[in-house]
Amino acid sequence: MQQEDATRLIEDWTRTHGRTRDRLLPLLHMLQEEIGFIDDAAIPAIATALNLSRADVHGVVTFYHDFRRTPAGRHVVKLCRAESCQARGATAIEKAATDRLGVPMGETRPDGQVTLEPVYCLGLCAVGPNALVDGRPVARIDAATLDRIAQEIAA
Amino acid sequence: MKRVYVSRDMASVALGADEVAHAFEAAGCEVVRTGSRGLFSIEPLVEVESEGKRIGFGPVGPADIAAVLDGSHEARLGDVAALPFFAGQQRFTFARCGVIDPLSLKDYAEHGGWRGLETARGMTPQAVVDAVKASGLRGRGGAGFPTGIKWQTVLDAVSDAKFIVCNADEGDSGTFADRMLVEGDPFCLIEGMAIAGHAVGASHGYIYIRSEYPFAIAAMREAIQLSAERTAPFTLEVRVGAGAYVCGEETALLESIEGKRGQVRAKPPLPALAGLFGRPTVINNLLSLAAVPFILAEGAKAYADVGFGRSRGTIPVQLAGNVKHGGLYEIGFGITLGELVNDIGGGTASGRPVRAVQVGGPLGAYFPPSMFDLPFDYEAFAQAGGLIGHAGITVFDDSVDMAHMARFAMEFCAVESCGKCTPCRIGSTRGVEVMDRIIAARDSATVVQAGRNWEGYLQKALNSRTPDRIDTGLEAQTALLRDLCDTMKHGSLCALGGFTPYPVLSALDHFPEDFGAKSPVKEAAE
Ligand SMILES: Cc1cc2nc3c(=O)[nH]c(=O)nc-3n(C[C@H](O)[C@H](O)[C@H](O)COP(=O)(O)O)c2cc1C
Ligand code: SF4
Ligand code: FES
Repeated sequence: MQQEDATRLIEDWTRTHGRTRDRLLPLLHMLQEEIGFIDDAAIPAIATALNLSRADVHGVVTFYHDFRRTPAGRHVVKLCRAESCQARGATAIEKAATDRLGVPMGETRPDGQVTLEPVYCLGLCAVGPNALVDGRPVARIDAATLDRIAQEIAA
Repeated sequence: MKRVYVSRDMASVALGADEVAHAFEAAGCEVVRTGSRGLFSIEPLVEVESEGKRIGFGPVGPADIAAVLDGSHEARLGDVAALPFFAGQQRFTFARCGVIDPLSLKDYAEHGGWRGLETARGMTPQAVVDAVKASGLRGRGGAGFPTGIKWQTVLDAVSDAKFIVCNADEGDSGTFADRMLVEGDPFCLIEGMAIAGHAVGASHGYIYIRSEYPFAIAAMREAIQLSAERTAPFTLEVRVGAGAYVCGEETALLESIEGKRGQVRAKPPLPALAGLFGRPTVINNLLSLAAVPFILAEGAKAYADVGFGRSRGTIPVQLAGNVKHGGLYEIGFGITLGELVNDIGGGTASGRPVRAVQVGGPLGAYFPPSMFDLPFDYEAFAQAGGLIGHAGITVFDDSVDMAHMARFAMEFCAVESCGKCTPCRIGSTRGVEVMDRIIAARDSATVVQAGRNWEGYLQKALNSRTPDRIDTGLEAQTALLRDLCDTMKHGSLCALGGFTPYPVLSALDHFPEDFGAKSPVKEAAE
């Protein structure tokens, strides 16, 4: 997406939602939703819109795990690594997922088809190992589930 | 047309509830989407209405529709509320969850909704605060601070604006009660927050929900719109987290709402006096706020009559991890850990022996089955070197490697540290390294050289940065781990750094054999 588009999005959004500092997280969520990531090039426009310094905005973007600074793959798999899923075999599933999807944890596959990310609990802790696949919750993941996910991702 | 009930809870959907619901719709049924009843071994659960009663079937797949509709399906459960898992519960907060359509104002009102708010609005603010005090309600977010006393501070504070903030960040692994309530009965939380607003003189509230809960965010937003008229002039808005565990800490959460990095603030000032935007703020866990409608509707005594010691009322326990019957079990305080894990949870899902449970999330202690007579009570858990936290219990079978879990606790702290204090930010990373050495030493069965003066050597090792001068033997590294935990415990500003030693040291103390110790102290003592 072009830089002008990001600037226009920010302008439109702040017109309806306001320009106070507490709008920063909602604004970043909106940008990531629309563009897919928070481009460093958009930071000056965000800073101007909310009357903050660039360093300030940069500090917030880098603090939160959710905000990406580079585009994600076409599909995003967020695999839970937390204790309750570990108790149900998540460590082995994590290894199998990196093998099956062909991408290390925390990275995007070179063909841009999938990003595999860790998440620490999805609140589905009695039915793990769990993941969010493009926002859809998936429970009791085993080898067969991973095959299905891999097929979805190939499409 | 047959009416059937299918949960829209995120866990039920993860198990295939949407497909089941669509299949019933395709078969011409009227499908009502509810929250989850809270027992996940029977999800996807379908309840078929017939002659005013609901007959449960579960787990059910999309191919089972015909057998369910003609009643012949083998997973027939009958009246779900009569199943032992539910019959033994005391559902004060979760009474409606799984029963009603969560976004139906009509259902909510018909099932006792708004009675608490009506009662509260007929009382003075002070009388409402007194009722909450008399109920004995303590914060369900972790620290167990008396809710009524917190509210009193905010009521007494003089200010042009005050706020109610609901902490629905629920980052602890093994917990999902906040999520279930928002998805299954969001008006209950709204009612609780409106009561809090009336009690302390606040006209606006925020609900901070973690981004990992997309279903809850959507349900909450819709519920706020639907009930706006009912709660006016009190208004509410949802704020979405951004994947930082530490934003569950109350001051970091306030920073986050204000649009800043989620860094912990030093206290004082208390949020009750100078919280959100510097104004007096009630910040409570979601379950604390959602307990309030019952207290006002049924009376403080009805709530306080249940419980154990200084822990009054009910606690929505969450059974998670490797447990056969995982789910939400709301019960008065005092039930033992063993009853919860073995009798209600049915032991492990894998069928292997239970080896350890972690209570209270990633900052909670690990307990062995030999401590299962521990009653659910804030004081009893503190005395046993642990905490109740948000009441999640994660069950592990005998395949667990407790040294690995101790390492994970340190790793999690390193990933999630807000970076404000050194013992937490750096100590956790060093902790991972120490655990790696312990695990390596254990696995290579290194025999520690005898006859060395460990005290003196350790001192040197602690101050040394060159790896070859570090004694990587088990004993030295274990001593180093204890020392590091001591520093983190006493030198951290908040409980992330300060409580990470709980899982680490409890694992070490109760399961020394996993840390390479030859003669487990525990077993020798027994
Ligand atoms: C690292 C950390 C994470 C926390 N996470 C949560 C959380 O997710 N939900 C919550 O209600 N309280 C959490 N707390 C506790 C809050 O700081 C605070 O005690 C609580 O919201 C107060 O509400 P209560 O009195 O109703 O329990 C956390 C504390 C720490 C130190
Ligand atoms: S203990 Fe850790 S999370 Fe808490 S304030 Fe210090 S650095 Fe931040
Ligand atoms: S631990 Fe994985 S969903 Fe909670």
